[in-house]
Amino acid sequence: MALLNLHLKVWRQNAGQPGHFQDIDAPEIPDHASFLEMMDIVNERLIAKGEEPVAFDHDCREGICGMCSMTINGMPHGPEKATTTCQLHMRKFRTGDTIWIEPFRARAFPVIKDLVTDRSAFDRIQQAGGFVTVRTGSAAEANNILVGKEVADAAMDAAACIGCGACVAACKNASAMLYVAAKAGQLNTLPQGQPEKTRRTLGMVRQMDHEGFGGCTNQYECEAACPKEISVRWITKLNRDFAAATLKDAFGNGQERGEGGD
Amino acid sequence: MSAVFDPISRFYSSTIGKKILVALTGVLLAVFVLGHMIGNLLVFAGPDAINEYGHMLQTALHGGGVWIARLGLLTALVIHVVATIQLTRANRAARQDKYGRDVAKVSSRASRTMIWSGLTVLAFIVFHLLHFTVRAGFGFDGPAYQTELHGEIVHNVHKMVVDGFSIAPVSAFYVLAMVLLCSHLGHGVASIFQTLGLATHKTWPLFEMLGRAYALLILVGNCSIPVAILLFGFGR
Repeated sequence: MALLNLHLKVWRQNAGQPGHFQDIDAPEIPDHASFLEMMDIVNERLIAKGEEPVAFDHDCREGICGMCSMTINGMPHGPEKATTTCQLHMRKFRTGDTIWIEPFRARAFPVIKDLVTDRSAFDRIQQAGGFVTVRTGSAAEANNILVGKEVADAAMDAAACIGCGACVAACKNASAMLYVAAKAGQLNTLPQGQPEKTRRTLGMVRQMDHEGFGGCTNQYECEAACPKEISVRWITKLNRDFAAATLKDAFGNGQERGEGGD
Repeated sequence: MSAVFDPISRFYSSTIGKKILVALTGVLLAVFVLGHMIGNLLVFAGPDAINEYGHMLQTALHGGGVWIARLGLLTALVIHVVATIQLTRANRAARQDKYGRDVAKVSSRASRTMIWSGLTVLAFIVFHLLHFTVRAGFGFDGPAYQTELHGEIVHNVHKMVVDGFSIAPVSAFYVLAMVLLCSHLGHGVASIFQTLGLATHKTWPLFEMLGRAYALLILVGNCSIPVAILLFGFGR
């Protein structure tokens, strides 16, 4: 085990106030620590000195919950491909390195404290259509609706999204297109998602714009940053689904009802 | 009536809707640029060829054809520019707090400078129209720029082009504008397929290559005219 002597530039901010970078020396960090464990060590030392620890988000620490964030050296979740911050290890850094640690920056993700941002905009997008409506009661027969293997696999690729927001953080426009494309595309791909496809697509895109995310400029930084390697071809599909949904919404193909005028 | 127009206004107010309009107008503008270039290359086929081509454009549909094209292109250009400026402003607003350390992992320089390459090309279009279409203050009108073609007096496009590009700063600005247009098309043409939802895993690399080849073709084709005239003395 080697020990690393690091220099951190950590973003410190309280909600609603301007933030700044704090220079923190982090000597003798074991190289087998994860990035979050390094932050834990740094915080323990800050507490021992009577200083305020750095607030950061974390939960499962096994790369599946989407809670950890941080932009490390300008890259959400750090430099490793397909890796969340919690799965990033300090052996990827060299002793003497300066590491920039910042929150996921977006108007739609306001900073709560230091590196913790409010990502509930994603929840509101989900509530605007990222679901299928099912009857409660006894479970439906599983094989009533047949799903092809290719379709199921494709939907699973999109469903791998953990909703961490790295796509927003990486995008030059703080666009949420990759997230929305994955969440809408997953259901729009499956037969179960077809009945509500138009409503879902329009609703989720409208909520996305309403939350103040930027638009996609086809630069694909999102795909490069995504810890689950969600493909930008889901954005292609969202663009296509949105155009079709708009036409259906404008020119019919909705269910005509037999009742009289209103 | 508003039952139909509501979805359309919602379409435009969304980022994806604006982008689809930018892509559709982009198709029209990109195709025009290619057609315009092919027509202009007639300058190398001799004075009669390009003069006849110019005369044909001016007189098609009893002189109405050129105005239909102008109005169509102007509409497309206005939509393209207004929507992209609105989108760029919204995109900037979405990332107000900048990163202390910012890294571009995969995005191209062309993609990050679209608004600047686009606005420079827009300024160039204004200059280009004043130069060769309105011919304001360049003295490209009058008997010196008329010639006889098949017994008719027509505008001498060939002489105008040769004289126009004989001025070094003018040619230099044309070449600069074409370099930026090449950069703009290099990202824009492939993006059309993404934004219109036509790209797939299999076809995307092809569209990307097509976009770059298209941009390069426009650069080489359009620059060949000022370069030939100014540096190699073509037609002078």
